[in-house]
Amino acid sequence: MMGNITLMEFLSAGREVPGHRPWPRYQLDARTWRRLAEQMTVSNWEILAEWGEPAEVHVLLRGEDSGAIAVASHPCPDGKFFALGQARPSAIRLERAIRDLWGLVPEGLEDQRPWLDHGRWGVRHPLGKPRETDGVPHVYRFHTAEGDGLHQIPVGPVHAGVIEPGHFRFHCQGETVVRLEERLGYVHKGIEGLLAGKPVADAARIVARVSGDATVAYSLAFAHAVEAALGHEPPPRAVWLRALMAECERLANHLFDIGAICNDAAFAIMLSHLGALREKVLRANQACFGHRLLMDRVVPGGVAADLPDDGVPILRRMAHEVGKGFERAMQLYDNTPSLLDRTTGTGVLTGALAHRFGAGGFVGRASSRGLDARRNPGYAPYDDLAFTIPVMADGDVHARLTVRAEEIRASLGLLDQILTALPAGPAAAPLALRGAGEGLGIVESFRGEVVVWVRVSESGKVVRCHPHDPSWFQWPLLEAVIEGNIVADFPLCNKSFNCSYSGQDL
Amino acid sequence: MPLIPPIARIIARHLLKGPLTMKGAPEPDPAGLVELGDALGLESRVRLGRSLSIRAVDAGSCNGCELEIHAVNNPVYDLERFGIRFVASPRHADVLLVTGPVSWNMAEALRRTYDATPAPRWVVAMGDCGKDGGCFAGSYAVAGGASAVIPVDLHIPGCPPTPTALLSGLLALLQTVSAK
Repeated sequence: MMGNITLMEFLSAGREVPGHRPWPRYQLDARTWRRLAEQMTVSNWEILAEWGEPAEVHVLLRGEDSGAIAVASHPCPDGKFFALGQARPSAIRLERAIRDLWGLVPEGLEDQRPWLDHGRWGVRHPLGKPRETDGVPHVYRFHTAEGDGLHQIPVGPVHAGVIEPGHFRFHCQGETVVRLEERLGYVHKGIEGLLAGKPVADAARIVARVSGDATVAYSLAFAHAVEAALGHEPPPRAVWLRALMAECERLANHLFDIGAICNDAAFAIMLSHLGALREKVLRANQACFGHRLLMDRVVPGGVAADLPDDGVPILRRMAHEVGKGFERAMQLYDNTPSLLDRTTGTGVLTGALAHRFGAGGFVGRASSRGLDARRNPGYAPYDDLAFTIPVMADGDVHARLTVRAEEIRASLGLLDQILTALPAGPAAAPLALRGAGEGLGIVESFRGEVVVWVRVSESGKVVRCHPHDPSWFQWPLLEAVIEGNIVADFPLCNKSFNCSYSGQDL
Repeated sequence: MPLIPPIARIIARHLLKGPLTMKGAPEPDPAGLVELGDALGLESRVRLGRSLSIRAVDAGSCNGCELEIHAVNNPVYDLERFGIRFVASPRHADVLLVTGPVSWNMAEALRRTYDATPAPRWVVAMGDCGKDGGCFAGSYAVAGGASAVIPVDLHIPGCPPTPTALLSGLLALLQTVSAK
């Protein structure tokens, strides 16, 4: 069965689960699941997400050539499943987390250390068969590096800047980093546990706070998933307003992060300049939608806030001013050799690794992996909009920054098109609850592909919901790119990735 | 390289146009901000020598609050003109600004950060989560609001609080401090 077989041909050996939209879900028995793991070693199918249930494990797959998307599920009543992480290292942390949360053992996985569970919850396997524990924290065994003159630098979880908590363990020789290992999970809030059993509206509020900087993308993915599960069609104006908000969010994040990267290279004027531009975006958000970060503005059924009468001119003015100011800043960046010297050739991510881990967003696109969920699989209204997806091959900090700069230009172009073509009509249609269902949403956040999977009950409650952050596939790559760089360049590399701690930790 | 270097252009533009901070911003009210700054200056002088050093600790936040903390440091709000600044270590801080619900995985780190802060010290819990855990309350992984782990002097509500709310919250803290 090895060799040329498409994803859908392979999965058709399983049982199709009815009521899963818009992409199918197949249940595989133990033998077929194991063959899937083998097939992963010879195919270019990508893992987009992997998550658990008390007695079932799910993996979201995409066939890279065909673009076909499907969920493969494997019931494992005996509490174990054959690990995909040995064939696909991007799944290792996901499977360690599945073991922590649901108690399903990934068989054959070399790294069986806990990931999200630090031993402090007072309970093991909280989402599977919970067992009380004494709450004594685990001793975490970091990977080692041995050799003459090697020393360790432990950093975190509380960092020096205003950033999220996580632990970094460096092994260094002099200034050069020999090995970096991350330990995350500090901001694990048990979001999947909180979502189970909540009414859709309450769940939407929680999903909007999985990662605050990508709140629009999460809300949008959740809305797509719920609407798919219930077979609901949001009104056209809502679809366009959602895209408008998503582009404002992308714009605000890219602007600030480009400034912050330069700030980490001790070039603070970029941060001041771009921080002021970001403020313009946030104020336009507040004026048009009533929230600076646009939290809870995208809801299942439509959007919670329509544009006021002066909304279009406010946004146009903002886009004009931001566009002008941004080009000035980029001129400064392009003409400051001491800054370029820091960003060029620093923290190189090879294309091979980016593909192997399925890294999305600007991290992937700066290393020649040119996928964008707005095009692949694509969703409305982006099929009616013209925009370029910048791709570079260098994979260094400069390339990631440049890709983000191009995305700012693309978003400004999109804003203009959306404001021109914005259809009239209602901005929301109440959700009709007609029966249970399962749905999936894949949305491009500023950081990459956000996936939300949901199962809704007859009474309109969320039975189970899994939000997946693009950072899962980017964090491990940061460990790879820092190797051979100097410690002082770590903040630069880290900021150029800007992975979400909260989104990964859930 | 252009004839006039871009950095010279940017600096010249700001010199000619004046700072972004005070110019016709719709909100917060610039006069209000100056007022806040004046009051802040007067009272902090009594105890804290005109400056307030803040150490931000994310105890489990979704990172929304961090975005607004970044915003109060941007040139538009320019927190530092009031003598308030963010520092890199709890040992340099007068105030701990705690964001998020406290996750059990961060509880010890938060307590240790508090212990490392020299007295007199004050704790400000930022955001709805910092008050009682917000929408994350009740989870097996969440201890509750910041007060579940360390004593809290002030809550600044909002999800996330706006930069203006954050600033007026810090002012309220100073009033409490001087009343002590």
